[in-house]
Amino acid sequence: MTSSIPLINALSDIVGKDHLLYDAEELLVYECDGYIVEKKCPDVVVFPISTAEIVEIVKTCNRFEVPFVPRGAGTSLAGGCLPVGGGVMIALTRMREIHEVNLRDGYAVVDPGLVNVHLTREVSGDGFHYAPDPSSQGACTIGGNVATNSGGPHTLKYGVTVNHVTGIEVVLPDGTVANWGGPAGMPPGFDLTGLFVGSEGTFGICTKATVRLTRNPAAYRTMLGIFDDIQTATRAISEIIGAGIVPAALELMDQGIIQAVEAAFKFGFPLDAGAVVLIEVDGLEVSVDDEAARIKELCHQVGVREMRTANSEAERLLLWKCRKQAFGAIGRLSPSFCTQDGVVPRTRLPEILQFIEKTSQKYDIRIVNVFHAGDGNIHPILLFDERDQAQIQRVIEAGDEILNKCIELGGSVTGEHGIGVEKINFMPKLFSENDLTVMQEIREVFNPEGNCSPCKMLPTAGACGMEQIERSHPGRQAAL
Amino acid sequence: MSTTTDNPSAQPESTGPQNPVLETADQQVAAGIPFERFLDCVHCGLCTSACPTYLETGDENNSPRGRIYLMRAVTEGKIALTEKVSGHLDLCLDCRSCETACPSGVQYGRLIEPFRIGMQQQAVKEGKPKGWFEKYILFGMFPYPARLKLALWPMRVLQKTGLDRLVDKSGITRLLPQKLRRMQNLLPKLPPSSPPLPTFLPAIGEKRARVGLFTGCVSEAMFSPTNQATARVLQQNGCDVYIPRTQQCCGAIHYHGGESKPAVELALANIKAFEEQNLDAIIINVAGCGAMLKDYHHLAEETADLSDADREKLVNFAHQVKDISEFLHELGLLPPTGEIPLRVTYHDACHLVHAQQIRQQPRELLAQIPGLKLVPLPESDICCGAAGSYNLTQPEMADRLGERKLQNIRKVNPQAVLAGNAGCSLQLQATLKAAGYTIPVYHPVDLLDASYRGVMPAK
Repeated sequence: MTSSIPLINALSDIVGKDHLLYDAEELLVYECDGYIVEKKCPDVVVFPISTAEIVEIVKTCNRFEVPFVPRGAGTSLAGGCLPVGGGVMIALTRMREIHEVNLRDGYAVVDPGLVNVHLTREVSGDGFHYAPDPSSQGACTIGGNVATNSGGPHTLKYGVTVNHVTGIEVVLPDGTVANWGGPAGMPPGFDLTGLFVGSEGTFGICTKATVRLTRNPAAYRTMLGIFDDIQTATRAISEIIGAGIVPAALELMDQGIIQAVEAAFKFGFPLDAGAVVLIEVDGLEVSVDDEAARIKELCHQVGVREMRTANSEAERLLLWKCRKQAFGAIGRLSPSFCTQDGVVPRTRLPEILQFIEKTSQKYDIRIVNVFHAGDGNIHPILLFDERDQAQIQRVIEAGDEILNKCIELGGSVTGEHGIGVEKINFMPKLFSENDLTVMQEIREVFNPEGNCSPCKMLPTAGACGMEQIERSHPGRQAAL
Repeated sequence: MSTTTDNPSAQPESTGPQNPVLETADQQVAAGIPFERFLDCVHCGLCTSACPTYLETGDENNSPRGRIYLMRAVTEGKIALTEKVSGHLDLCLDCRSCETACPSGVQYGRLIEPFRIGMQQQAVKEGKPKGWFEKYILFGMFPYPARLKLALWPMRVLQKTGLDRLVDKSGITRLLPQKLRRMQNLLPKLPPSSPPLPTFLPAIGEKRARVGLFTGCVSEAMFSPTNQATARVLQQNGCDVYIPRTQQCCGAIHYHGGESKPAVELALANIKAFEEQNLDAIIINVAGCGAMLKDYHHLAEETADLSDADREKLVNFAHQVKDISEFLHELGLLPPTGEIPLRVTYHDACHLVHAQQIRQQPRELLAQIPGLKLVPLPESDICCGAAGSYNLTQPEMADRLGERKLQNIRKVNPQAVLAGNAGCSLQLQATLKAAGYTIPVYHPVDLLDASYRGVMPAK
């Protein structure tokens, strides 16, 4: 599709000629986000600065009958920003103001393009933070978090994005501006904010969000459990949660990851350990020691080899660094990798891990694991070389097989990355036809023409004119 | 658009990894870059908001991930190296903030630098010579302290007689070419012309180390008191200090400007200047020069026609280089005692914090000065817009970043700003002066020196 000059002129009149791109060379970087399996260049990228400009852009797109899709930092791991069918990409990266911070009532009103961690940075001096902390929080935006209902290591205790967004301003696909909720939380009537969060851009564009600010815990205890094998480690995780303890984070790394991290960063992990689990509890000074002691006891009961405790803030940060920098180490193991995102009930973790190991052998693809163990959210990482076509095909098949197994075990194909375009084919396996029909009907209330974020989330999207894009490439993804 | 890489022999019957064949002139620009370096980038995007030019524009083409994508696409023959593409690559500050943010260990500097050298060489091949500014000022004067001092002499006279303000007011400088005018605006209050440091200064007290002092070119011409302070602080800390006269520019101005051959020649001259003294370390107080000196081992890898002996010397030299704050921190600072009752803030020079990963050391040294209160600067590790000669070659972005830095400094309202890099100091002084904000900019070592001597730092 060639971009039409009248469309470009109309958009240029709205945002100014310095704030749009339409040259092929400059559009190229917008052909994909963190998911690089499928690619498609938009015809135009616009950089609005206000809700009013977005309204005009949306109306213009409707007038020219072209699809449009919002984009934040482009860190989606499921192709959430892929401009299926081309059209206009609305980049929200210039809208990043913090409009209001109210610490007494514990909320902030922010622009959609604000980087997640910039909000925490703004309030950290006062002892607050914004709780949802995806590992991409240094780059991803609040608008993108709203669209995908993002999680992170600390969601086990603190909840995901929907638990922290109390109100939003949205531009609906017909250009109407709606305001739902606000600082006081949920008003009477439908929880439209809750409905919108996680709709992956299919209900419209979030242009402002009112979010909760959370007071920093008074104390932390961070521990590292070292296990001989991964089964014992997962049993310990089940025991901890089963005992009614809710750690702030519970992160598992398997032997492959340990060896890679150790080679790169020399943290002093035993190389023969089958798995390590990073456990953090937080709360009042008086309670954290008790909880930490109970966790240690439970780990010893299932047969942990060794428990280590971070004795200082520096040691705590070192442990977290090793978890968060795990990907740097993987980059050293193999030129390309593909991170899968699946969920199983916690008690089925040993089964899925065994299955992953079998799949790894079957396809001759090395797979390592690092994941949010507390909520059964697994992230098998498939290592390969993207220049080798044969490996690529095997990686795609192995990934699909693992996700199908997650469904079979009563789980789901995404814990936090979203459906996007990547996992759209799994939706009919996850939901009944009736379930999907209801979802489509709800979407049609907001997006009857289907031209806002077409072909995302739901398998039979309306008038999107999606070109079949050959899935020939499994992508290389970082950032859980 | 240039031709694509449709090379039948490279099509995937064989399943082994395939790298693109560099056929077109545009593709050849990347000839010096192993293709695997591009593959290190997994396109996660975590670097984007660490990048000053992305923070300012919001355009992914001006982000590290975007620039890697552009360079890779040119290398693969997917896009031509158009003016817009090279514009995005030229807008990069080479501040390496993205390397700090990258979880995959992408060596961004080792992509953009050789790529820009390739762009430069291609321009020369196509008969586009360098402009007068690069030829006479950037490469012809900056790397030579003597020439630079001579050129600064009229300015020194003007400042001394107070005529500089008259000249400013008269508006006569508007007749100068834009780059020279910007240089004039950047000039700090020049120190009185002083004789060079002696070639040897002995340790005071118990002898703890034997070091060389790299005095730099721009910094020696404009910040010679900081070099003197560095020497004194080293002496105070028990170091014999050697300052060979034969040392040269570190080569960064040439190297970052796309001229690798003169950079190698300067590197070898520096090695010769320092090699006879059997030193424990070579000390530098300018972050930009320090990053370049520590990069000599990459120079060794990337330069084809070098003898093995020279290659080894480059590698060994690179390992000897230490930033002054890094060295004093490792050696163990002998605590200064003079009180300096100032509220100050510290700006992280990109080439210290990102290129050399030196973040805590200067802060911990400053914390030992009695009476000094160090308040954290928001976005302390986002570039101030100086970035070597960037200030002169990309004035608009440099000004935007200068303004951003100024707003952050205003938030903490300090009595002085500290920075461990001559380029940052020039930019910060000029930005503060233009905003009518009369606070001084110091190098941390200026304050250490003042504390040892029991005086307040000179304004």
